[in-house]
Amino acid sequence: MEVLDLARLQFGATTVYHYLFVPLTISLACLVAGLQTAWVRTDHERYLKLTKFFGKLFLINFAMGIVTGIVQEFQFGMNWSDYSRFVGDIFGAPLALEGLLAFFLESTFLGLWIFGWDRLPKRIHLACIWIAAIGTVLSAYFILAANSFMQNPVGYTIDEQRGRAELTDFVAVLTNKVVLITLPHTIFAAFMVGGAFIAAVAMWHLVRRPDVDSDAFRTALKVGAITVIVAGIGTAVTGDTQGKVMTEVQPMKMAAAEALYEDEQPASFSVLTIGTLDGSEEVYSIKLPHLLSFLGTGDLNGEVRGINSLQREYEQAYGPGDYSPNIPVTYWTFRAMITAGGLAALIAAIMLWSIRRGRTPTSRWLVWSAIALPFLPIAANAFGWIFTEMGRQPWLVFGLLPTASGVSPGTTGAEVTTSLIGFSLVYTVLAVIEIRLLLTYIREGLPDVTPVEPADGDDAPMTFAY
Amino acid sequence: MELTTIWFCAIAFLWVGYLVLEGFDFGVGIWMAILGRNDNERRVVLNTIGPVWDGNEVWVIVAGGAMFAAFPEWYATLFSGFYLPLFAILVALILRATALEYRGKRDDPAWRRRWDWCIVGGSLVPAVLWGVALANIVRGVPIDADHEYVGTLFDLLNPYALLGGLATLTLFMTHGAVFIALKTTGDVRARANRAGIRVGALAVLVGGAFMAWTVVDSDAARTAPFAVAAAVALVLGLLAAMRERDGWAFAGTAVTIGLVVVMLFVALFPDVMTSSLDSAYSLTTDNASATPYTLRIMTWSAVVFVPLVLLYQGWSYWVFRKRIGTENIPA
Repeated sequence: MEVLDLARLQFGATTVYHYLFVPLTISLACLVAGLQTAWVRTDHERYLKLTKFFGKLFLINFAMGIVTGIVQEFQFGMNWSDYSRFVGDIFGAPLALEGLLAFFLESTFLGLWIFGWDRLPKRIHLACIWIAAIGTVLSAYFILAANSFMQNPVGYTIDEQRGRAELTDFVAVLTNKVVLITLPHTIFAAFMVGGAFIAAVAMWHLVRRPDVDSDAFRTALKVGAITVIVAGIGTAVTGDTQGKVMTEVQPMKMAAAEALYEDEQPASFSVLTIGTLDGSEEVYSIKLPHLLSFLGTGDLNGEVRGINSLQREYEQAYGPGDYSPNIPVTYWTFRAMITAGGLAALIAAIMLWSIRRGRTPTSRWLVWSAIALPFLPIAANAFGWIFTEMGRQPWLVFGLLPTASGVSPGTTGAEVTTSLIGFSLVYTVLAVIEIRLLLTYIREGLPDVTPVEPADGDDAPMTFAY
Repeated sequence: MELTTIWFCAIAFLWVGYLVLEGFDFGVGIWMAILGRNDNERRVVLNTIGPVWDGNEVWVIVAGGAMFAAFPEWYATLFSGFYLPLFAILVALILRATALEYRGKRDDPAWRRRWDWCIVGGSLVPAVLWGVALANIVRGVPIDADHEYVGTLFDLLNPYALLGGLATLTLFMTHGAVFIALKTTGDVRARANRAGIRVGALAVLVGGAFMAWTVVDSDAARTAPFAVAAAVALVLGLLAAMRERDGWAFAGTAVTIGLVVVMLFVALFPDVMTSSLDSAYSLTTDNASATPYTLRIMTWSAVVFVPLVLLYQGWSYWVFRKRIGTENIPA
C-alpha cells in the first residue's frame, strides 16, 4: 500500500476507535451530573450510589477517550502535513480553542470531582461535574466546527501565492450551517449511547439480581431508556435537517447515500438497492416514492441530483477525475446507521414497557437485548462518521483540496506502517483491558456509600485515591 | 510588538507551562517505583499528582493546537519530520495515562506491577524525547526549500540533542523528587528529599553542559543571561532542598525548567525551525505564520481565557494543597 492509503487507514481506524469512547464521555458526564444533582436535591441514598457507580464506569471510559484524542491532534501534522499547511490558518484556530476552552475545563474539573468528594462543599463539588460536562459539549462544538469546514468551506479566501486557504470570517466558520445542525445531531447520538449504557446495566442487574438495589436500578433503567428514546427522536429530527443541508452543500454525498445515479424529480427513497459490484449501476431496488425528495429538499416533488450528472458537473468545474465516493460504503453505512439507531430506540421502549407499574422484568430475552443495546448506538455513531467522511471523498476539503494532496510528502511508508501497527496493538490490548474492567465493575453492582463530609483531620484516609 | 512575535512568545509560554507542570509529573512517574518501597508508598507518590496530572497534560495539546493555528508551517514540518519520536511519545503518554487511571482499579499485585512499568516507562520516554526534540529544533535539522524535513531518524539522535534529552530527564527527575517531598510526609518525604538532592547534583552537571553548549552555539549575548539565571535557580533550589525548605526547592526547580525552555526559544528566535542545509530554507516567525486576522482572533481568545485557566488550575492545586502520607491511603 502507498503512504496515502496507509495514512487514510490509520486516520479512519484511530478516529473510529477514538469515537467509541467520546459519545459515552459526553453523555455520561451529563447523566452522572444529573444523578448527582438528584442526590443533592433529594438526599436519597440511591442517587448517590448511582452517581458513584456510573461515575466510576464513566472515568474508566474517559481515560481512553483522552489518550486516543491526543493521537488525533498529532496525526494532522504527522500524516497530513500538506493538509495542515493548506488549512492551518483556518482549521488550527478551532482546534486551539478546543484545547483552551474545553480540554482545560474538562480535565481540571474532573480532577477536582474525582478527588474532591471530601475536600469540597457539596454544591461546589456538584458544580465541578457540571463544568466538566459543559467542557465535553464545548469540545464537541469546536471539533465539529473544524470538521464542518472540511465538509462545507466557508469564511475563507485562497492565497494563490502561498497556496493555502486563509481565514476571512471566523464567525462564518463558527456558524457554518453544517456545524449548527451536526452539533445537535452528534450530541443526541451521544446521548443514545450513554442512555443505552445506563439502561443496559440496570436491566442486567434487575433480571439477574432482582433482590439487590432494585429501587435504584429501576430508576436508572427509566433514566437510561427515556434518554435513549428522547435522544433517538432528536437524532432522527436533526438527521432529517442535516440531510437537507447535505443535499444543498454536498449533493454528491446525498446521491451516494442513496446510490442515486440519475437526477430524479420526484425522487424516491431507496429502502434496498443492490448494485453491480463496483457500485456503478443498480441491479435491483425497492423504493418509496417521493420520500427522498422530501428528505433532501423538504418538498415532496423536489429534485434530487444523481451521481452521473454531478460527476459531469464536477468534471467541468475541477477537471477530469472521479468525483464520486465509494458508493457501496456510503450506501450501506447510511442504512446501517439508521437501522442501528432505530433498533436501539425500539429496545429501549420495550425495556421501559417491561417495568411499567412496578412490574419486575424476568425475561432472559431482556438480558440479551440489554447486552446488545449499548452496541447499537455505538455502531450507529461509527457508521455515521464513516458515512460522513467517506462521503466527502475524494475531497479532504470539499471542492478545495483532494485527499491525495493532503498527505505528508516526506513521510515514508515504513513510518506510517510502524505507527499503524503500533497503535493497532496498543489500542487492541487496551480495548480488552477496558472491557474487562468495565464488566468487573458492572457485575460488582452499586457501592456502599457512607455520607461524605469535608474532612478536617490530616490523618483521615482520602475518600478516593489511585 | 508584531503579532507573529507575540505568538512566538505565546507558544514559548505554553511550552514553559507544559514542561514545568508535566515535568514534575514525569519525575513523579519515574520515581514512583524507586521511592515507593511497598504498594502503599507507591500510592502515596502517585496520589501527589492524582488530581492534577491530567490538567497538566492539556498544556501540550494546547501548545500543539496553538502551533497549528499560529504557525501552520512549523506544525506541519515539525510533526511530519519528527515522526517516529512523536509516535514514541504518543504511545508512552497513552500507556502512562491509562496506567495511572487503571493501576488501582484491581487489587492484584501482578496487575499493579505491569501498570507500574507503564508509568515508569511512559514517564521516562517523553522526559527524554521532549528534550531531544527541543534541542533539535534549536540546533537545526535538514529542511529543504519546500519546508520538508529530509533527514532520517538518526539525524535527530546527534550528541547535542541527546545531551538535551539527558538534561530534561535529570531536571524533571529533580523537579519530581522535590515535588514529592513537598507533597508528602514521613519516610517517603525524607527519601524524596535525598533523591532530589542527589539527582539534582547530576542535573547541575548535565543541564549546565547542555546550556553551555547552547550558549556557545547561539547568540551568547541573548542566551547567556537565561542560562546563568537557570543555573543559579537550580543551585538555590538544591540549597533549599538541603535545608528541607520544600516549597522553595520546588520553586527553584520550576524556575530552572522555565528558564531553560525560555533560553531555547530565545536561541531559536526569529527562526521557528532552523534548516541545517541552508539558512534560506529555515522556517521563521514570518514565513511560517498564519494571517494577521487569525492571529488577532487567537490573541483575543488567549487574553481572555489563559488567565481564567491559570486561575482555576491554580485553585485546583490549592484545593489539594495538603501533604499526604501512608495513613491517608484508603484500603
